[in-house]
Amino acid sequence: MITAGIILAEAAVMAGLNAVQTQSYGPESRGGATRAEVVIADGEIDYPKVTNADVVLVLTSEAYRRYGNKLKQGGLLVADSDLVGEVQAGPYRIVRVPITRIAREELGREIVANIVALGVLAALSQVVPMEALERAVMGRVPKGSEELNRRALRCGEAAGRQAQVKEAHEA
Amino acid sequence: MSQPRLMQGNEACVEGALEAGLQFFAGYPITPSTEIAEMLAERLPRAGGVFIQMEDEIASMAAVIGASLAGMRAMTATSGPGFSLKQENLGYAALTETPCVVVNVQRVGPSTGMPTSPAQGDVMQSRWGTHGDHPVVVLSPSSVMETYVLTAKAFAVADELRVPVILLTDEITGHMRERVVLPDPGTLPRPHRPLEGAAPPDIPPMVHFGEGRRVLVTGLYRDSTGFWSESPEEADRLVRRLAGKVESRQEQLTMVDRWHLDDAQVVVVAYGCVARSAQRAMRLARERGHRVGMLRLACLWPFPGHEIEALAERADRIVVPEMNLGQMVGEVERAVRGRCKVIGYSRVDTELIRPEELLPVLEGV
Amino acid sequence: MEEMRFLRREHLPHIWCVGCGHGIVLGAVIRAMDRAGVDQDRTVVVSGIGCSSRAVGYLNMDALHTTHGRALAFATGVKLARPDLRVAVLAGDGDLAAIGGNHLIHAARRNIGITTVCFNNGIYGMTSGQYSPLTPAGYRTTTSPFGHLERDFDLCRLVQAAGATYVARSTVYHVHQTVTYVERALAHDGFSFVEVFSPCPTYFGRHNRMGDPVTMMKWLHDSAVQAGQAARMTPEELRGRVVLGEFHRTTEVPEYARSYREMIARLAEGGDQGAR
Repeated sequence: MITAGIILAEAAVMAGLNAVQTQSYGPESRGGATRAEVVIADGEIDYPKVTNADVVLVLTSEAYRRYGNKLKQGGLLVADSDLVGEVQAGPYRIVRVPITRIAREELGREIVANIVALGVLAALSQVVPMEALERAVMGRVPKGSEELNRRALRCGEAAGRQAQVKEAHEA
Repeated sequence: MSQPRLMQGNEACVEGALEAGLQFFAGYPITPSTEIAEMLAERLPRAGGVFIQMEDEIASMAAVIGASLAGMRAMTATSGPGFSLKQENLGYAALTETPCVVVNVQRVGPSTGMPTSPAQGDVMQSRWGTHGDHPVVVLSPSSVMETYVLTAKAFAVADELRVPVILLTDEITGHMRERVVLPDPGTLPRPHRPLEGAAPPDIPPMVHFGEGRRVLVTGLYRDSTGFWSESPEEADRLVRRLAGKVESRQEQLTMVDRWHLDDAQVVVVAYGCVARSAQRAMRLARERGHRVGMLRLACLWPFPGHEIEALAERADRIVVPEMNLGQMVGEVERAVRGRCKVIGYSRVDTELIRPEELLPVLEGV
Repeated sequence: MEEMRFLRREHLPHIWCVGCGHGIVLGAVIRAMDRAGVDQDRTVVVSGIGCSSRAVGYLNMDALHTTHGRALAFATGVKLARPDLRVAVLAGDGDLAAIGGNHLIHAARRNIGITTVCFNNGIYGMTSGQYSPLTPAGYRTTTSPFGHLERDFDLCRLVQAAGATYVARSTVYHVHQTVTYVERALAHDGFSFVEVFSPCPTYFGRHNRMGDPVTMMKWLHDSAVQAGQAARMTPEELRGRVVLGEFHRTTEVPEYARSYREMIARLAEGGDQGAR
């Protein structure tokens, strides 16, 4: 998840914006609770942490329980539809996408769930242009995995658009 | 100017050090500073320099001093527990006037604490960590860009004054990634050590090993020839000169940012990652009509006492937020000497102080 | 007397006690330096803290008198920064084997080109007579007033096991042997180690009924066994004896500082093995 945060911030910088990325994590090298925070702005960024989030992305119930309340009114909550249980309705937009399942079943590698998530996020929020995001992904992923990650981003983007259409239907 | 890029604080430290001409790094793995060692393990030998992972923190500090005396620009990086272990040899560097840079990416303490979490608890240790009166310069960046600039500056000061310089950063600033635009390579002035004939009267010229000068470097007090001495007069002269060479240059070393100090009734004095919270809090307070100003310290030691004194004459209140139980606030109180109110604000729960929690303190609610 | 050029004679007499063996070790070191053709403008001698560590102050060359136990760590920095300089560490047994034990085994493991001479008097002399890791079991010191319960290190075996490529032991009684070993150690390309037994009549001697220098010298003589002879003795017969000799000498392991320079040269030529 921290890698996804770095990529998002990098995409913002590539798109000519200012960005700060911070994180908190435990002693585990893999797994454990991690949180990546990204602040994107046109101008100077003083306080580097997120106080009222425009977007919160959660892939587990634990993450939702801890960070769901960071979302501001009118914000966007993106939750993994399989791995995040009940989410509380409120004055914000909720979109559920089976992010981890897409990574596992459509791409065959659960490890790219974070890149799928970035695709979903970009499609739903337009916080960074897709073109910049793709460049940022390519710059950060291990050599030899570029194609897999490009597909992951596309799958995420498509899933995001699909969710948007569904949202429009229901509304 | 280079292209804008996203860079981590620890990475900026590496870039700043290399730009300043770093040639030798000795270190030991410790969170949250390890990235510095990892990056230098790859970058330094490519640049003709030397990286070594020593057997412990003490050895890293020792190797840095040895390399510096042999003529290389040298640095080590660590965090709280390692910084504690380095203290004896830091004192050796101070006494022997060996230029070197020690990076401390602060984490919580005492002891192991929560190794991946930020704090600012090493402010006093950075000044007084080794035994005895000793000179030291401590720089503290608040952003990734400033980490680059101050790392380079640390080498310049270390070389010029022949002192160990501590770059006191923290887990937030070290791990944060930010947009930076670095100056073109070669635009920063190169650090230089005082050479014979060009050294100021209070700083002896630097002589390195292998120059045929047959120098004796010792941690014992020494006389003017450099040989160990038990003369009380020589001891007094040495200790006072060492302390004085930094204190007498306080104004030249001071680096601060000043915001709205001309009309401020309330002044925040902050440094490191917390300065970012304070800056936002100041802006919010001003939007709400409060006359709040801010003094940000980029050089903690020598401490800009005169600057604080002058502020105390004009302001009603000085607020010092810190991620410790009150270290710098004591130094501020010492300079203020009762001229105005001094209020400390502490947070030690491993979370960065939030602007909203500072707001009532600034507004005096 | 050619070797006298290696001394800063203006700083003599030295601080050591009457009957101390350290002056003999230092004498052996300068004779060995003379024989090995040491260039005193291209040599750095490094020491820590203790009686023996003062030796570097009397040597007329670049000298680095450091903190307790850390001489080898400082010396590692010097050698890596200037591999072209000869680097030697002169240190005591407490300095090298107790507080600095970690640096000793790691310097040996790296096979860095440093010659280490251990002035082993089996006691902390500068702090007036406490036991060291080389105080033999049963002997009395100020901190083992009822006889020492701990066993002592076999420092040569330790250093050899850790990776040193030249390892030898002698005593100040066997001064010619000492000169030969230190000369070979100085000529050796890699981590070389010579342990020299040196009497401390003032503290070790007085606590163990050997207070006068001659008695201690006799004790050294009587305890010593040459390695060839020791090979024919039983463990029973060897108990309490000190085995002298050259225990290990190999040129098959590359010297560390040179290996590092070679890596730099490879990288400069565009080799990037191992890099991401």
